[in-house]
Amino acid sequence: MEELWQALGKAVELLVTFDAEVMEASGRSLAIAATSCSITAFICLPLGSLIHFSRFRGKRLLLNIIQTFYGIPTVAIGLMVFVLFSSSGPLGGLDLMFTPAVMVIGQVILVTPLMLGLTISALNGVDKAITETAVSLGASRFQAAIITLKHARYAVLTAVIMGFSRAFAEVGLALMVGGNIKGATRTLTTAISLETSKGDIELALALGIVLILIALIISLTLNRLQQR
Amino acid sequence: MQKNTILSLICGLLLFILLAGCSSNGTGPLKPQDRLQVATTTSLYDTDLWGYLEPMFEEEYDVELDVISAGTGIALEYGKRGDVDVIAVHSKSRELIYVEEGYGVERIPFAYNYFLIVGPESDPAGIKGMAPENAFKKLFDTGSGTFVSRGDDSGTHSKEKSIWASAGYEYEDIQNTGDWYVEGGKGMGPTLLMASEMQGYTLTDMGTFLSYKGEMALVPIVDEGDILLNVYSIIAGNPEKNSKINAEMAQNLVNFITSDEIQELIGDYGVEYYGMQLFIPCAGNEPAS
Repeated sequence: MEELWQALGKAVELLVTFDAEVMEASGRSLAIAATSCSITAFICLPLGSLIHFSRFRGKRLLLNIIQTFYGIPTVAIGLMVFVLFSSSGPLGGLDLMFTPAVMVIGQVILVTPLMLGLTISALNGVDKAITETAVSLGASRFQAAIITLKHARYAVLTAVIMGFSRAFAEVGLALMVGGNIKGATRTLTTAISLETSKGDIELALALGIVLILIALIISLTLNRLQQR
Repeated sequence: MQKNTILSLICGLLLFILLAGCSSNGTGPLKPQDRLQVATTTSLYDTDLWGYLEPMFEEEYDVELDVISAGTGIALEYGKRGDVDVIAVHSKSRELIYVEEGYGVERIPFAYNYFLIVGPESDPAGIKGMAPENAFKKLFDTGSGTFVSRGDDSGTHSKEKSIWASAGYEYEDIQNTGDWYVEGGKGMGPTLLMASEMQGYTLTDMGTFLSYKGEMALVPIVDEGDILLNVYSIIAGNPEKNSKINAEMAQNLVNFITSDEIQELIGDYGVEYYGMQLFIPCAGNEPAS
Protein backbone atom coordinates (compact mmCIF):
# COMPACT_ATOMS: atom_id res chain seq x y z
CA MET A 1 0.00 0.00 0.00
CA GLU A 2 2.83 2.33 0.85
CA GLU A 3 4.22 1.74 -2.64
CA LEU A 4 1.04 3.21 -4.07
CA TRP A 5 1.27 6.36 -1.95
CA GLN A 6 4.89 6.82 -2.92
CA ALA A 7 3.94 6.41 -6.55
CA LEU A 8 1.18 8.98 -6.17
CA GLY A 9 3.67 11.43 -4.73
CA LYS A 10 6.05 10.67 -7.56
CA ALA A 11 3.29 11.21 -10.12
CA VAL A 12 2.49 14.63 -8.66
CA GLU A 13 6.17 15.47 -8.66
CA LEU A 14 6.56 14.47 -12.31
CA LEU A 15 3.58 16.63 -13.22
CA VAL A 16 4.33 19.79 -11.26
CA THR A 17 7.99 19.81 -12.31
CA PHE A 18 6.98 19.30 -15.96
CA ASP A 19 9.43 16.42 -16.19
CA ALA A 20 10.70 16.63 -19.77
CA GLU A 21 10.53 12.93 -20.59
CA VAL A 22 7.09 12.48 -19.07
CA MET A 23 5.75 15.54 -20.90
CA GLU A 24 7.20 14.29 -24.15
CA ALA A 25 5.78 10.79 -23.75
CA SER A 26 2.38 12.19 -22.71
CA GLY A 27 2.32 14.59 -25.65
CA ARG A 28 3.21 11.81 -28.02
CA SER A 29 0.58 9.47 -26.57
CA LEU A 30 -2.03 12.18 -26.98
CA ALA A 31 -0.92 13.20 -30.46
CA ILE A 32 -0.90 9.64 -31.77
CA ALA A 33 -4.21 8.68 -30.16
CA ALA A 34 -5.88 11.95 -31.22
CA THR A 35 -4.68 11.59 -34.81
CA SER A 36 -5.78 7.99 -35.11
CA CYS A 37 -9.07 8.75 -33.37
CA SER A 38 -9.82 11.69 -35.72
CA ILE A 39 -9.00 9.65 -38.82
CA THR A 40 -11.15 6.79 -37.52
CA ALA A 41 -14.03 9.17 -36.82
CA PHE A 42 -13.82 10.49 -40.39
CA ILE A 43 -14.10 6.91 -41.62
CA CYS A 44 -16.65 5.59 -39.14
CA LEU A 45 -19.30 8.31 -38.99
CA PRO A 46 -20.08 8.25 -42.74
CA LEU A 47 -19.52 4.50 -43.05
CA GLY A 48 -21.66 3.81 -39.98
CA SER A 49 -24.49 5.94 -41.40
CA LEU A 50 -24.19 4.19 -44.74
CA ILE A 51 -24.45 0.76 -43.14
CA HIS A 52 -27.28 1.87 -40.87
CA PHE A 53 -29.41 3.27 -43.69
CA SER A 54 -28.72 0.50 -46.18
CA ARG A 55 -30.62 -2.71 -46.37
CA PHE A 56 -28.65 -5.64 -47.67
CA ARG A 57 -28.24 -9.37 -47.21
CA GLY A 58 -25.84 -10.29 -44.45
CA LYS A 59 -26.19 -7.01 -42.60
CA ARG A 60 -26.72 -8.81 -39.32
CA LEU A 61 -23.69 -11.00 -39.97
CA LEU A 62 -21.62 -7.90 -40.75
CA LEU A 63 -22.70 -6.30 -37.48
CA ASN A 64 -21.78 -9.48 -35.62
CA ILE A 65 -18.35 -9.50 -37.21
CA ILE A 66 -17.81 -5.85 -36.32
CA GLN A 67 -18.77 -6.57 -32.72
CA THR A 68 -16.41 -9.52 -32.57
CA PHE A 69 -13.54 -7.19 -33.40
CA TYR A 70 -14.34 -4.75 -30.57
CA GLY A 71 -11.92 -6.51 -28.30
CA ILE A 72 -9.35 -7.81 -30.75
CA PRO A 73 -6.01 -8.01 -28.94
CA THR A 74 -3.68 -5.14 -29.71
CA VAL A 75 -0.77 -7.52 -30.21
CA ALA A 76 -2.69 -9.30 -32.97
CA ILE A 77 -3.15 -6.02 -34.85
CA GLY A 78 0.45 -5.14 -34.01
CA LEU A 79 1.73 -8.34 -35.54
CA MET A 80 -0.33 -7.83 -38.67
CA VAL A 81 0.86 -4.25 -39.10
CA PHE A 82 4.43 -5.38 -38.41
CA VAL A 83 4.31 -8.00 -41.15
CA LEU A 84 2.83 -5.47 -43.59
CA PHE A 85 5.21 -2.59 -42.89
CA SER A 86 8.42 -4.42 -42.01
CA SER A 87 11.19 -3.63 -44.50
CA SER A 88 10.78 -7.00 -46.17
CA GLY A 89 6.98 -6.82 -46.06
CA PRO A 90 4.64 -5.69 -48.86
CA LEU A 91 4.54 -2.08 -47.62
CA GLY A 92 8.16 -2.02 -46.45
CA GLY A 93 9.05 0.44 -49.19
CA LEU A 94 7.21 3.18 -47.31
CA ASP A 95 9.89 2.96 -44.64
CA LEU A 96 7.44 3.49 -41.81
CA MET A 97 8.55 0.84 -39.32
CA PHE A 98 9.33 2.24 -35.86
CA THR A 99 7.73 5.63 -36.57
CA PRO A 100 4.68 7.32 -35.02
CA ALA A 101 2.98 7.11 -38.44
CA VAL A 102 2.80 3.32 -38.41
CA MET A 103 1.48 3.45 -34.83
CA VAL A 104 -1.34 5.70 -36.05
CA ILE A 105 -2.13 3.29 -38.88
CA GLY A 106 -2.26 0.41 -36.44
CA GLN A 107 -4.51 2.30 -34.05
CA VAL A 108 -6.90 3.23 -36.85
CA ILE A 109 -7.27 -0.47 -37.67
CA LEU A 110 -7.62 -1.25 -33.97
CA VAL A 111 -10.28 1.36 -33.20
CA THR A 112 -12.35 1.19 -36.39
CA PRO A 113 -14.56 -1.80 -35.45
CA LEU A 114 -15.34 -0.34 -32.02
CA MET A 115 -16.19 3.13 -33.27
CA LEU A 116 -18.09 1.80 -36.27
CA GLY A 117 -20.17 -0.59 -34.20
CA LEU A 118 -20.98 2.00 -31.55
CA THR A 119 -21.88 4.56 -34.22
CA ILE A 120 -24.34 2.11 -35.76
CA SER A 121 -25.81 1.36 -32.32
CA ALA A 122 -26.10 5.09 -31.69
CA LEU A 123 -28.04 5.56 -34.92
CA ASN A 124 -30.24 2.58 -34.07
CA GLY A 125 -31.20 4.35 -30.89
CA VAL A 126 -32.76 7.26 -32.76
CA ASP A 127 -36.52 7.14 -33.14
CA LYS A 128 -37.29 5.98 -36.69
CA ALA A 129 -40.10 8.54 -36.88
CA ILE A 130 -37.55 11.33 -36.96
CA THR A 131 -35.89 10.03 -40.12
CA GLU A 132 -39.24 9.23 -41.71
CA THR A 133 -40.60 12.67 -40.92
CA ALA A 134 -37.52 14.28 -42.42
CA VAL A 135 -37.95 12.26 -45.61
CA SER A 136 -41.66 13.00 -45.82
CA LEU A 137 -40.87 16.69 -45.50
CA GLY A 138 -38.70 16.37 -48.59
CA ALA A 139 -35.23 15.75 -47.13
CA SER A 140 -32.79 13.86 -49.32
CA ARG A 141 -31.26 10.65 -47.98
CA PHE A 142 -28.09 12.55 -47.12
CA GLN A 143 -30.01 15.23 -45.25
CA ALA A 144 -32.02 12.60 -43.40
CA ALA A 145 -28.78 10.90 -42.37
CA ILE A 146 -27.37 14.19 -41.07
CA ILE A 147 -30.55 14.82 -39.06
CA THR A 148 -30.39 11.33 -37.57
CA LEU A 149 -26.72 11.74 -36.70
CA LYS A 150 -27.56 15.03 -35.04
CA HIS A 151 -30.14 13.34 -32.84
CA ALA A 152 -27.66 10.60 -31.97
CA ARG A 153 -24.85 13.02 -31.19
CA TYR A 154 -24.41 12.08 -27.53
CA ALA A 155 -24.12 8.40 -28.27
CA VAL A 156 -21.89 9.13 -31.26
CA LEU A 157 -19.61 11.21 -29.10
CA THR A 158 -19.47 8.30 -26.68
CA ALA A 159 -18.34 6.12 -29.57
CA VAL A 160 -15.57 8.60 -30.34
CA ILE A 161 -14.51 8.79 -26.67
CA MET A 162 -14.43 5.00 -26.41
CA GLY A 163 -12.28 4.87 -29.52
CA PHE A 164 -9.91 7.46 -28.16
CA SER A 165 -9.61 5.64 -24.84
CA ARG A 166 -8.79 2.36 -26.53
CA ALA A 167 -6.11 4.04 -28.66
CA PHE A 168 -4.68 6.05 -25.78
CA ALA A 169 -4.44 3.10 -23.41
CA GLU A 170 -3.12 0.41 -25.75
CA VAL A 171 0.43 -0.83 -25.40
CA GLY A 172 0.91 -4.03 -27.41
CA LEU A 173 0.72 -2.36 -30.78
CA ALA A 174 2.83 0.61 -29.76
CA LEU A 175 5.60 -1.68 -28.51
CA MET A 176 5.54 -3.94 -31.50
CA VAL A 177 5.50 -1.48 -34.39
CA GLY A 178 6.75 1.63 -32.59
CA GLY A 179 9.71 -0.01 -30.92
CA ASN A 180 9.55 2.20 -27.81
CA ILE A 181 12.38 4.41 -29.08
CA LYS A 182 13.29 7.16 -26.67
CA GLY A 183 12.63 10.54 -28.24
CA ALA A 184 10.83 9.08 -31.23
CA THR A 185 8.14 6.50 -30.45
CA ARG A 186 8.02 6.25 -26.66
CA THR A 187 4.51 6.78 -25.33
CA LEU A 188 3.20 6.72 -21.78
CA THR A 189 2.11 3.10 -22.03
CA THR A 190 5.37 1.82 -23.53
CA ALA A 191 7.29 3.79 -20.91
CA ILE A 192 5.27 2.04 -18.19
CA SER A 193 6.07 -1.30 -19.75
CA LEU A 194 9.77 -0.43 -19.95
CA GLU A 195 10.05 0.88 -16.39
CA THR A 196 8.32 -2.25 -15.13
CA SER A 197 10.76 -4.46 -16.98
CA LYS A 198 13.61 -2.38 -15.57
CA GLY A 199 12.25 -2.93 -12.09
CA ASP A 200 11.48 0.71 -11.36
CA ILE A 201 8.02 -0.14 -10.08
CA GLU A 202 7.50 3.22 -8.41
CA LEU A 203 8.16 5.20 -11.59
CA ALA A 204 6.02 2.77 -13.59
CA LEU A 205 3.14 3.23 -11.15
CA ALA A 206 3.60 7.00 -11.22
CA LEU A 207 3.43 7.00 -15.02
CA GLY A 208 0.29 4.90 -14.78
CA ILE A 209 -1.26 7.52 -12.52
CA VAL A 210 -0.26 10.28 -14.97
CA LEU A 211 -1.95 8.28 -17.74
CA ILE A 212 -5.14 7.95 -15.72
CA LEU A 213 -5.12 11.66 -14.84
CA ILE A 214 -4.79 12.69 -18.48
CA ALA A 215 -7.55 10.27 -19.51
CA LEU A 216 -9.71 11.72 -16.74
CA ILE A 217 -9.14 15.31 -17.88
CA ILE A 218 -10.01 14.44 -21.47
CA SER A 219 -13.08 12.51 -20.46
CA LEU A 220 -14.30 15.36 -18.22
CA THR A 221 -13.75 17.90 -21.00
CA LEU A 222 -15.60 15.84 -23.57
CA ASN A 223 -18.41 15.14 -21.13
CA ARG A 224 -18.85 18.85 -20.55
CA LEU A 225 -19.13 19.27 -24.29
CA GLN A 226 -21.64 16.47 -24.39
CA GLN A 227 -23.84 18.16 -21.81
CA ARG A 228 -24.01 21.50 -23.57
CA MET B 1 -26.22 24.23 -34.92
CA GLN B 2 -25.40 22.89 -31.50
CA LYS B 3 -23.82 19.86 -33.03
CA ASN B 4 -21.60 22.03 -35.17
CA THR B 5 -20.40 23.92 -32.12
CA ILE B 6 -19.64 20.67 -30.35
CA LEU B 7 -17.91 19.24 -33.37
CA SER B 8 -15.80 22.32 -33.95
CA LEU B 9 -14.85 22.37 -30.28
CA ILE B 10 -13.81 18.73 -30.43
CA CYS B 11 -11.84 19.32 -33.60
CA GLY B 12 -10.22 22.34 -32.01
CA LEU B 13 -9.29 20.35 -28.93
CA LEU B 14 -7.91 17.46 -30.94
CA LEU B 15 -5.93 19.86 -33.11
CA PHE B 16 -4.55 21.55 -30.02
CA ILE B 17 -3.50 18.26 -28.48
CA LEU B 18 -2.02 17.19 -31.77
CA LEU B 19 0.03 20.37 -32.10
CA ALA B 20 1.17 20.06 -28.51
CA GLY B 21 2.25 16.52 -29.23
CA CYS B 22 4.03 17.38 -32.45
CA SER B 23 5.98 20.25 -30.93
CA SER B 24 7.12 17.99 -28.12
CA ASN B 25 7.89 15.38 -30.71
CA GLY B 26 10.95 17.28 -31.89
CA THR B 27 12.13 14.58 -34.24
CA GLY B 28 10.17 14.69 -37.44
CA PRO B 29 10.80 12.14 -40.13
CA LEU B 30 14.51 12.21 -40.83
CA LYS B 31 16.33 11.24 -43.97
CA PRO B 32 17.66 7.69 -43.78
CA GLN B 33 21.30 8.80 -43.74
CA ASP B 34 20.61 10.86 -40.61
CA ARG B 35 19.15 7.95 -38.72
CA LEU B 36 20.58 4.69 -37.50
CA GLN B 37 18.51 2.01 -35.83
CA VAL B 38 19.97 -0.58 -33.53
CA ALA B 39 18.12 -3.44 -31.86
CA THR B 40 19.73 -4.37 -28.58
CA THR B 41 19.32 -7.15 -26.09
CA THR B 42 17.35 -6.04 -23.04
CA SER B 43 20.21 -6.41 -20.55
CA LEU B 44 22.30 -3.78 -22.35
CA TYR B 45 19.26 -1.52 -22.44
CA ASP B 46 17.88 -2.03 -18.95
CA THR B 47 21.27 -1.28 -17.38
CA ASP B 48 21.05 1.96 -19.41
CA LEU B 49 24.41 1.36 -21.10
CA TRP B 50 22.86 2.47 -24.40
CA GLY B 51 21.32 5.51 -22.78
CA TYR B 52 24.83 6.41 -21.65
CA LEU B 53 26.54 5.84 -25.00
CA GLU B 54 23.81 7.14 -27.31
CA PRO B 55 24.35 10.92 -26.87
CA MET B 56 28.11 10.53 -27.36
CA PHE B 57 27.65 8.67 -30.61
CA GLU B 58 24.99 11.07 -31.83
CA GLU B 59 27.23 14.04 -31.19
CA GLU B 60 30.33 12.53 -32.73
CA TYR B 61 28.63 11.47 -35.96
CA ASP B 62 25.76 13.96 -36.13
CA VAL B 63 23.17 11.22 -36.42
CA GLU B 64 19.92 10.23 -34.73
CA LEU B 65 20.43 6.85 -33.06
CA ASP B 66 17.26 4.88 -32.38
CA VAL B 67 17.76 2.16 -29.82
CA ILE B 68 15.13 -0.57 -29.78
CA SER B 69 15.19 -2.86 -26.78
CA ALA B 70 14.38 -6.43 -27.76
CA GLY B 71 15.33 -9.93 -26.77
CA THR B 72 18.02 -11.59 -28.88
CA GLY B 73 15.42 -13.66 -30.75
CA ILE B 74 13.38 -10.73 -32.03
CA ALA B 75 16.49 -8.54 -32.49
CA LEU B 76 17.87 -11.13 -34.92
CA GLU B 77 14.50 -11.16 -36.69
CA TYR B 78 14.48 -7.36 -37.01
CA GLY B 79 17.97 -7.59 -38.47
CA LYS B 80 16.99 -10.28 -40.98
CA ARG B 81 14.05 -8.23 -42.15
CA GLY B 82 16.18 -5.13 -42.54
CA ASP B 83 14.12 -3.21 -39.99
CA VAL B 84 17.25 -2.22 -38.08
CA ASP B 85 20.78 -1.43 -39.27
CA VAL B 86 22.73 -2.94 -36.40
CA ILE B 87 22.09 -5.54 -33.71
CA ALA B 88 23.75 -5.92 -30.31
CA VAL B 89 23.00 -9.38 -28.92
CA HIS B 90 24.39 -12.24 -26.87
CA SER B 91 23.96 -15.69 -28.34
CA LYS B 92 27.11 -16.80 -30.12
CA SER B 93 25.80 -19.82 -32.00
CA ARG B 94 22.84 -17.93 -33.41
CA GLU B 95 25.00 -14.93 -34.26
CA LEU B 96 27.37 -17.14 -36.23
CA ILE B 97 24.45 -18.55 -38.23
CA TYR B 98 23.15 -15.02 -38.77
CA VAL B 99 26.47 -13.90 -40.25
CA GLU B 100 26.86 -17.13 -42.21
CA GLU B 101 23.45 -16.62 -43.81
CA GLY B 102 24.69 -13.25 -44.98
CA TYR B 103 22.48 -11.00 -42.85
CA GLY B 104 25.37 -9.56 -40.89
CA VAL B 105 28.76 -8.29 -42.03
CA GLU B 106 30.82 -9.60 -39.13
CA ARG B 107 30.27 -10.66 -35.53
CA ILE B 108 32.30 -8.40 -33.28
CA PRO B 109 32.40 -9.21 -29.55
CA PHE B 110 32.74 -5.99 -27.58
CA ALA B 111 32.11 -6.84 -23.93
CA TYR B 112 31.38 -9.77 -21.66
CA ASN B 113 30.36 -10.73 -18.17
CA TYR B 114 28.99 -13.84 -16.54
CA PHE B 115 25.60 -15.37 -16.07
CA LEU B 116 24.72 -16.64 -12.66
CA ILE B 117 22.17 -19.00 -11.21
CA VAL B 118 20.23 -17.26 -8.47
CA GLY B 119 17.78 -18.72 -6.01
CA PRO B 120 16.34 -18.44 -2.51
CA GLU B 121 18.76 -18.04 0.37
CA SER B 122 17.60 -21.38 1.85
CA ASP B 123 18.76 -23.20 -1.34
CA PRO B 124 16.21 -26.07 -1.09
CA ALA B 125 17.94 -28.13 -3.81
CA GLY B 126 21.33 -27.75 -2.16
CA ILE B 127 23.20 -26.67 -5.27
CA LYS B 128 25.17 -23.76 -3.89
CA GLY B 129 28.69 -23.48 -5.28
CA MET B 130 28.36 -26.44 -7.64
CA ALA B 131 29.44 -26.35 -11.29
CA PRO B 132 26.51 -25.05 -13.39
CA GLU B 133 25.98 -28.36 -15.22
CA ASN B 134 25.97 -30.34 -11.98
CA ALA B 135 23.66 -27.84 -10.36
CA PHE B 136 21.17 -28.25 -13.21
CA LYS B 137 21.53 -32.01 -13.00
CA LYS B 138 20.76 -32.01 -9.29
CA LEU B 139 17.80 -29.68 -9.80
CA PHE B 140 16.40 -32.09 -12.36
CA ASP B 141 17.13 -35.26 -10.38
CA THR B 142 15.87 -34.18 -6.98
CA GLY B 143 13.00 -32.03 -8.16
CA SER B 144 13.27 -30.21 -4.86
CA GLY B 145 13.38 -26.73 -6.31
CA THR B 146 11.43 -24.69 -8.82
CA PHE B 147 13.28 -23.37 -11.85
CA VAL B 148 11.85 -20.37 -13.69
CA SER B 149 12.99 -20.26 -17.31
CA ARG B 150 12.79 -17.21 -19.57
CA GLY B 151 11.19 -19.45 -22.18
CA ASP B 152 11.30 -16.65 -24.73
CA ASP B 153 14.16 -17.56 -27.09
CA SER B 154 16.28 -14.77 -25.69
CA GLY B 155 20.05 -14.93 -25.35
CA THR B 156 19.68 -15.94 -21.71
CA HIS B 157 17.24 -18.68 -22.68
CA SER B 158 19.73 -19.94 -25.30
CA LYS B 159 22.38 -20.08 -22.61
CA GLU B 160 20.07 -22.05 -20.34
CA LYS B 161 19.43 -24.55 -23.12
CA SER B 162 23.14 -24.94 -23.74
CA ILE B 163 23.72 -25.66 -20.06
CA TRP B 164 21.04 -28.36 -20.16
CA ALA B 165 22.68 -29.78 -23.27
CA SER B 166 26.08 -29.70 -21.64
CA ALA B 167 24.64 -31.46 -18.59
CA GLY B 168 23.48 -34.23 -20.94
CA TYR B 169 19.77 -33.53 -21.31
CA GLU B 170 17.50 -32.94 -24.27
CA TYR B 171 15.71 -29.66 -23.73
CA GLU B 172 12.34 -31.17 -24.69
CA ASP B 173 12.75 -33.67 -21.85
CA ILE B 174 13.26 -30.85 -19.39
CA GLN B 175 10.21 -28.93 -20.58
CA ASN B 176 7.79 -31.75 -19.97
CA THR B 177 8.80 -33.06 -16.60
CA GLY B 178 6.38 -31.32 -14.34
CA ASP B 179 5.58 -28.31 -12.25
CA TRP B 180 9.14 -27.68 -11.07
CA TYR B 181 10.09 -26.26 -14.49
CA VAL B 182 8.25 -23.01 -15.18
CA GLU B 183 8.46 -21.23 -18.53
CA GLY B 184 7.77 -17.62 -17.68
CA GLY B 185 7.83 -16.17 -21.18
CA LYS B 186 8.94 -12.83 -19.78
CA GLY B 187 11.90 -10.48 -19.92
CA MET B 188 14.78 -10.92 -17.47
CA GLY B 189 13.53 -8.49 -14.84
CA PRO B 190 9.98 -9.87 -14.62
CA THR B 191 11.43 -13.41 -14.64
CA LEU B 192 13.55 -12.55 -11.60
CA LEU B 193 10.52 -11.13 -9.81
CA MET B 194 8.55 -14.25 -10.67
CA ALA B 195 11.32 -16.53 -9.40
CA SER B 196 11.46 -14.46 -6.23
CA GLU B 197 7.71 -14.77 -5.70
CA MET B 198 7.87 -18.53 -6.26
CA GLN B 199 11.08 -18.89 -4.25
CA GLY B 200 12.61 -20.63 -7.23
CA TYR B 201 15.88 -20.62 -9.12
CA THR B 202 16.62 -18.89 -12.40
CA LEU B 203 19.50 -18.07 -14.72
CA THR B 204 20.22 -14.36 -15.06
CA ASP B 205 22.78 -11.98 -16.44
CA MET B 206 24.74 -10.01 -13.88
CA GLY B 207 23.53 -6.55 -14.92
CA THR B 208 19.82 -7.24 -14.62
CA PHE B 209 20.34 -9.12 -11.36
CA LEU B 210 22.13 -6.14 -9.84
CA SER B 211 19.53 -3.64 -10.96
CA TYR B 212 16.75 -5.82 -9.49
CA LYS B 213 18.53 -6.79 -6.32
CA GLY B 214 16.54 -4.44 -4.13
CA GLU B 215 13.19 -5.72 -5.39
CA MET B 216 13.53 -9.40 -4.62
CA ALA B 217 14.61 -12.13 -2.24
CA LEU B 218 17.11 -14.04 -4.37
CA VAL B 219 20.83 -14.53 -3.88
CA PRO B 220 23.61 -15.85 -6.16
CA ILE B 221 23.76 -19.64 -5.89
CA VAL B 222 26.14 -20.59 -8.70
CA ASP B 223 28.40 -17.98 -10.20
CA GLU B 224 31.44 -19.87 -11.44
CA GLY B 225 31.91 -22.00 -14.51
CA ASP B 226 33.20 -21.50 -18.03
CA ILE B 227 29.79 -22.10 -19.51
CA LEU B 228 28.42 -19.03 -17.73
CA LEU B 229 30.45 -16.70 -19.93
CA ASN B 230 28.16 -14.10 -21.50
CA VAL B 231 29.56 -12.36 -24.57
CA TYR B 232 27.89 -9.34 -26.11
CA SER B 233 28.51 -8.79 -29.81
CA ILE B 234 27.65 -6.07 -32.25
CA ILE B 235 26.80 -6.96 -35.85
CA ALA B 236 26.27 -4.47 -38.67
CA GLY B 237 23.61 -5.46 -41.18
CA ASN B 238 24.72 -6.50 -44.63
CA PRO B 239 23.65 -3.93 -47.26
CA GLU B 240 23.87 -6.61 -49.95
CA LYS B 241 20.97 -8.37 -48.22
CA ASN B 242 18.90 -5.30 -47.46
CA SER B 243 19.54 -2.20 -49.54
CA LYS B 244 17.96 0.05 -46.91
CA ILE B 245 20.70 -0.60 -44.39
CA ASN B 246 22.73 2.47 -43.60
CA ALA B 247 26.02 0.60 -44.00
CA GLU B 248 28.39 3.50 -43.52
CA MET B 249 26.81 4.70 -40.29
CA ALA B 250 26.43 1.11 -39.07
CA GLN B 251 30.18 0.65 -39.49
CA ASN B 252 30.70 3.93 -37.64
CA LEU B 253 28.76 2.54 -34.69
CA VAL B 254 30.79 -0.67 -34.68
CA ASN B 255 34.03 1.36 -34.79
CA PHE B 256 32.73 3.64 -32.06
CA ILE B 257 31.80 0.77 -29.71
CA THR B 258 35.17 -0.95 -30.18
CA SER B 259 37.25 2.24 -29.94
CA ASP B 260 39.70 2.45 -27.02
CA GLU B 261 37.95 5.42 -25.48
CA ILE B 262 34.45 3.87 -25.47
CA GLN B 263 35.76 0.45 -24.42
CA GLU B 264 37.22 2.09 -21.34
CA LEU B 265 33.91 3.80 -20.59
CA ILE B 266 32.08 0.47 -20.97
CA GLY B 267 34.52 -1.12 -18.51
CA ASP B 268 33.89 1.61 -15.97
CA TYR B 269 30.15 1.72 -16.54
CA GLY B 270 28.04 1.22 -13.45
CA VAL B 271 31.02 0.48 -11.20
CA GLU B 272 30.29 3.43 -8.97
CA TYR B 273 26.57 2.72 -8.77
CA TYR B 274 26.55 -1.06 -8.40
CA GLY B 275 29.86 -1.40 -6.61
CA MET B 276 31.11 -3.85 -9.21
CA GLN B 277 31.98 -4.07 -12.87
CA LEU B 278 28.98 -4.80 -15.11
CA PHE B 279 30.78 -5.26 -18.41
CA ILE B 280 34.33 -6.28 -19.16
CA PRO B 281 35.44 -4.77 -22.48
CA CYS B 282 37.02 -7.08 -25.06
CA ALA B 283 37.34 -4.83 -28.13
CA GLY B 284 36.64 -7.19 -30.99
CA ASN B 285 38.29 -10.29 -29.54
CA GLU B 286 36.58 -13.40 -28.30
CA PRO B 287 37.22 -13.47 -24.55
CA ALA B 288 39.03 -16.55 -23.29
CA SER B 289 36.98 -18.17 -20.56
